[in-house]
Parts: sequence; structure tokens; C-alpha cells
Amino acid sequence: MNLQIALLLGQDGVTSGAIYALLALALVLVFAVTRVIFIPQGEFVAFGALTLAGLQADRLPGTIWLLLALGTAIALVEGGAALRQRRYRRIPLILLVNCAAPLLLAGALVAVSPAGLPLPIQVLLALMLVVPLGPMIYRLVYQPVAEVSVLALLIVSVAVHVTLIGLGLFFFGAEGSRTPAFTEVSFEFGEAVLQGQTILVVVASLVLIIALYFFFERTLYGKALRATAMNRTGARLMGISGQLAGMLSFTLAAAIGAFSGILISPITTIYYDSGFLIGLKGFVGAIIGGLASYPVAAAGAVLVGLLESYSSFWASAFKEVIVFTLILPVLLWRSLTTRHPEEG
Amino acid sequence: MSSLAVDGERPVVLEVRDLSVSYGKVQALHGIALKVHRGEIVTVIGPNGAGKTTLLSALIGLLPASGEILYLGEYQGAGRSVEQLVRLGMTLVPEKRELFSEMSVEDNLLLGAFDRYRAGHRDQLETMDQVFDIFPRLMERREQLAGTLSGGERQMLAMGRALMAKPRLLLLDEPSLGLAPLIIREIFRTIAQLRKTGVAILLVEQNARAALQIADYGYVLETGELSLAGPSSALATDPRVIASYLGLGGRR
Repeated sequence: MNLQIALLLGQDGVTSGAIYALLALALVLVFAVTRVIFIPQGEFVAFGALTLAGLQADRLPGTIWLLLALGTAIALVEGGAALRQRRYRRIPLILLVNCAAPLLLAGALVAVSPAGLPLPIQVLLALMLVVPLGPMIYRLVYQPVAEVSVLALLIVSVAVHVTLIGLGLFFFGAEGSRTPAFTEVSFEFGEAVLQGQTILVVVASLVLIIALYFFFERTLYGKALRATAMNRTGARLMGISGQLAGMLSFTLAAAIGAFSGILISPITTIYYDSGFLIGLKGFVGAIIGGLASYPVAAAGAVLVGLLESYSSFWASAFKEVIVFTLILPVLLWRSLTTRHPEEG
Repeated sequence: MSSLAVDGERPVVLEVRDLSVSYGKVQALHGIALKVHRGEIVTVIGPNGAGKTTLLSALIGLLPASGEILYLGEYQGAGRSVEQLVRLGMTLVPEKRELFSEMSVEDNLLLGAFDRYRAGHRDQLETMDQVFDIFPRLMERREQLAGTLSGGERQMLAMGRALMAKPRLLLLDEPSLGLAPLIIREIFRTIAQLRKTGVAILLVEQNARAALQIADYGYVLETGELSLAGPSSALATDPRVIASYLGLGGRR
């Protein structure tokens, strides 16, 4: 290996590491607030990328049907509850948020041809299609069982993951998609070439991480999420309901996932099931941080990205094995050094 | 909101009739009836395990209960939730304080106003200044993490955080628990002063002497049932209360 290749691999590793770091942060957030190990995190990456690709190819992305179906289901559940509690005034709002808004979006997609729109609008549309799926899935699937054990929530997550993979195949087909690069700029450093898209991914990830930091440190809603993670009962007594915290954390996780997918889709071809492996690598980073520490999780995820990149050069057949083997010494070390109270 | 029932001169904030709570087949509370007026301190005293914490948890909706709970003139049915009651101005300071220990005192206080903030009120900084007036110690400690506070300061923070919600009914669960006598006196003096703000206070205490000193009205809870009730001055001189809860020192 010469310096040029080392730099190239490092650049690759940092790029994927930045994405893994975002996903690791989302996983830590969701786990801390709701105790859910969010295996479907990766599906949001794939859905984000493939929805954008669909829009650019002027196809109506299948995610709109999922959005409409989930919205209708939630409207039925919530509307039924409102009827039983005789709180009729809530019904128009429920219908507006869960049915009218997705319908409006669908109508807009049919009316205008999304392929002709500028890229930022396309990205915004893709996010509008994918991000609401996060809180909707929380509302329908996780909230009714919010009090069960971590293991049961994990099993639910596996079910959601498998369902979303199946839906992904149904919506987007088996072929992969790659979106055009956001920027064609590239820089040359001596012998190494630095791609504009790579810089964009790293910068966008950093900006997002800083934005998350400000959200959690400076805004009352961010503090409310941290408070829920620290002390659930205390938070409830302040009026921060588990539902609010859950919906908020799933919205953030879905947004991070979809945004990551949109960022990497010009770099790598995304298939309907690509998200799982990407999400799993973010998960390795999150585990390094003990599913609790945000900075360690992010650093761990960058380490995963670098390790993956260099191992693909020396032992490409074993690159996944090497990455996932990383988790063994980490788990061993954590189980030897930390004493944690057993959860019931 | 319907007009509040007026009983004597002051409006009734909370009225409970025939309240029962069960943990599975074990009945923890049975046929509880009590009333709290605006600007009044009502105390429920009783020994360990009598069901005092259960009573407050049931009132605020953390536990399911049967019977009638009339809050601000409206029935709170089985569908009542903590979040709804918090929105209606009921606030619990729990026995375990339940602070956000890895956050600063200031952030803990701000979160006390979370529901008001969510409902569109943006007056949390002024409210925080009022809380600092009541508990100057919290002002000194505002940057400190809640987990590093002393026991007395934690209780002050828990109460300050509850006051940030500008409650109409404050439920206090054993504020004296684990505190030194001097601190208890300070906390109880503060509770007595809160009465002036018009908030109704339901104070659950094992420390009967301290509670009866500041309360207007008192109930005695024993093994899940109210055994005695009356103005606290009368309770404090009742021979049964003296024998069980006050000891000889309780005689004036």
C-alpha cells in the first residue's frame, strides 16, 4: 500500500464512518428514550435513498402508499379512542394530520413531475415521504407495548425490520439505485483526489451532529427527551408523556436515517435491503458507546468505517467479518468493567 | 370549565369519594373520602405502609383506582392520565424526588415548566425567578448537577420544579423523608408560606407533628382506610393521635 491508496481508503472510511456515526447517534437516542433497539434504522436509510431515486426517475415512490396506509390506520386507532372518550373535537385534527396531509402530498406528487424539480426540493420531498414513517411506526407498533421488557421490544423491532424489508422489495424492486452526485467538484492533494461528495457527506454529518447537540442542550424539547431517558417517572410527572418522547425520538431517528441514505446514495448503490448492513455497522458503533454515550458511539462508528475501509483492501472477502468481530472484544471489555443492574 | 363547587367560603379543588386501589387482589386503599379547598393545606398522616404514597399515585393517575375523583369540579374517570392532570394544574412531588440527576438545577426547573411551555406559555424565566425567591439556595446552585445536591436541596429542587408548573393542587409525598430536623423545619415553613399563593396542598407525611403544625385539616390513614379526620388543631390534641403518632412530646 502506498500513501495514495492509504489516503483514498482513509477518505472512504471517514465518509462511511460519518454515516455510521449518525446512525449510531440515532440508535443511542431511541434506546435511551424508549428502550427500543431500533433494528429498522437501516431501512430508513434505504427508503430515503430509494425514494429520492424514485422521484428522480419520475416514478411515484411506493413509500407514499405506506404513508397513506399507516396514516389511515392511526386515524382509525386514534379516532376510535376519541369516540370512546367522547372527545369529538379532536377528530378533525386527527384526520387532518394522519389522512389529509399524506393525501395532499400524494396529490402534489401526481400533479407535478418531481424529476424536473431542483435537487433540494426533491430531497425535501423524499424526507417528507420517509420521515413521518418513523413516528407513525412508533405510534402503531411500539407505543401499545411501550411498557414491556427490552427483549420483547427487540423482538418487535425484528418484526418491523423484516416487514419493512419486504415492503422495500415490493415498492422499489430488486434492482439497486444510485442517485447523481450532489456536486461534481473534486480537489487534488498531490496524488490524492478528494471528492466533493465525500466532503459534503462529512460536512453534512458534522452539521447534523452539531444541530442535534444544540437541540439537546439548548431547547426545552431536547431537554425533555434527555429527561425521559434519565428518569421516566420524573418526566411523566412534568407532563412529558412517553408517547411524546417516543414520537419525537422516532422522528429524529427516521430523519437521520433518511438523510443518511440521501447522502450516501450518490456514493454507493443502494438496494432495498442495503440499509440493514449499514444500520448494523452504526449499531456496532452504538454498542462501543454502551448504547448510552453519544460521543463514544460516534467515535466508535468512525472507527468501524475506517476498519471496514482498510480491511476491504487487505482482506476484502472478510471485511464484514472483521468489522463485526470488533464487537466481541468490546462486549468482553464492557461486561468485565461495568456492573449494570439487571432489568426485569 | 364548570364553576367550582363552593364549600363554606373557599372553592373545593379536589374531592374524593369512596376511592379504592388494589394491587392485584390485595386492596391497598379502601373507601377513601377527602376534600381539599383552594389555599388550604390538608395533610394525610399515617404509619409506613398505610397507603399514603398509593393514595397520591392514584390521584395523579399513575395507578388505576375506582371511586370518584372530582378535580376542579370535573370528574376524572378511569381514562385520566398523568399528562391530562398535569395540564390541569395537578402536580406531584414524589417521595423519591425523581430528579433529572445528570442535569443542572436550572434545567430541572425549566423542565418543570415543560407542559406550560408546550401549551404556549413562555413565562418560564419569570416563574424561575419566583422559585428562586422561595428557595434562594437553588439560585446559588443553579449551575450544579441535580445529582450532586444534598438531601435538603434535592427536596427544595423537587418542590421548586413542581412550582414551575404553577400548580393549582400540589401533592407532596413525605417531604421530610431522610432530612435533618433543621432542614425539615425550613421546608415546612416554606410549605406553609405557599398557602398564600392560593395553591391547594395535599401533604402526605409520616412526621405527624410537623405536618399537623402547618396543616389546616388532617386525616389519619391506617392500613388503607381513613380512621380519623378533623381540623389539625383538634387532631393534634386527640388522645388517639397523640398516643400513636405524636408521643408524649405532642402535648402542648
